[in-house]
Amino acid sequence: MTTDQGQSRGAARPLSPHLQVYRFALTMAMSIAHRITGVGLYVGTILLAWWLVAAASDASSFATASAFMGSAFGRLILFGFTWALFHHMLGGVRHFIWDLGYGMDHPEREYLAQGTLAGGLILTLLVWFLAYVVR
Amino acid sequence: MSGNSKSIRTPAAKVLYLGSARSGTRHAWRMRATSMALIPLTIGFVWLLITTVGKDHGVVRATLGHPFASILLLLFIPASVYHMMLGMQTIIEDYVHSEHVKSFALLANMFFSAVIGVACVYAILRLSFV
Repeated sequence: MTTDQGQSRGAARPLSPHLQVYRFALTMAMSIAHRITGVGLYVGTILLAWWLVAAASDASSFATASAFMGSAFGRLILFGFTWALFHHMLGGVRHFIWDLGYGMDHPEREYLAQGTLAGGLILTLLVWFLAYVVR
Repeated sequence: MSGNSKSIRTPAAKVLYLGSARSGTRHAWRMRATSMALIPLTIGFVWLLITTVGKDHGVVRATLGHPFASILLLLFIPASVYHMMLGMQTIIEDYVHSEHVKSFALLANMFFSAVIGVACVYAILRLSFV
């Protein structure tokens, strides 16, 4: 027991096979995309906080924030943020469906993955279309 | 071997405090509760963005300062910030294995979330009341 304790942490034990042994599937891409879009939204809250604080401050702070968001680079980031938001939201709905015990079998899980991917893109384009029309 | 003879945990794991922190169910449940709340709140938030982005300062102030918009944002921000803090905590626990780096990252996650949350809420209140 005493010798085992010291070795237990650094011992080179066999690991179960990881990503490299699996054939690519849309469901695995959607799984990591859910996490990546989550991280994107996490970082993106900096922009949201900046925009809100600038709006609550003076006109020149708001003009600076507004100019950045309105620039080509700013719009690209906001477009990505919108997509991440909808993709992540639909990914969450997919998790709810799984939580209720549905959609884990072969054709259904593929449809859910395709639906998440397509739905996220469609909603993003719809919102940007609306934003330009409403404006 | 001492203690509960039915335990499958090794004595080393016990003295090193390895094992469940007994907080997993709470974490999972809060993740789902916030995500459920965030579905309607996000739709409202996006609608608010569509109607305000690109407008001049006065219009944005008036729109965001309206009670409906402010209440929506005051619900949306804490739910989002708590949800993203839990999510980032999971990511850190999955990928960061060094105890020191992990502790630092978990603290940084909490501080970042708190700063974002307080900044947004303060800004909304200021838009509403000032």
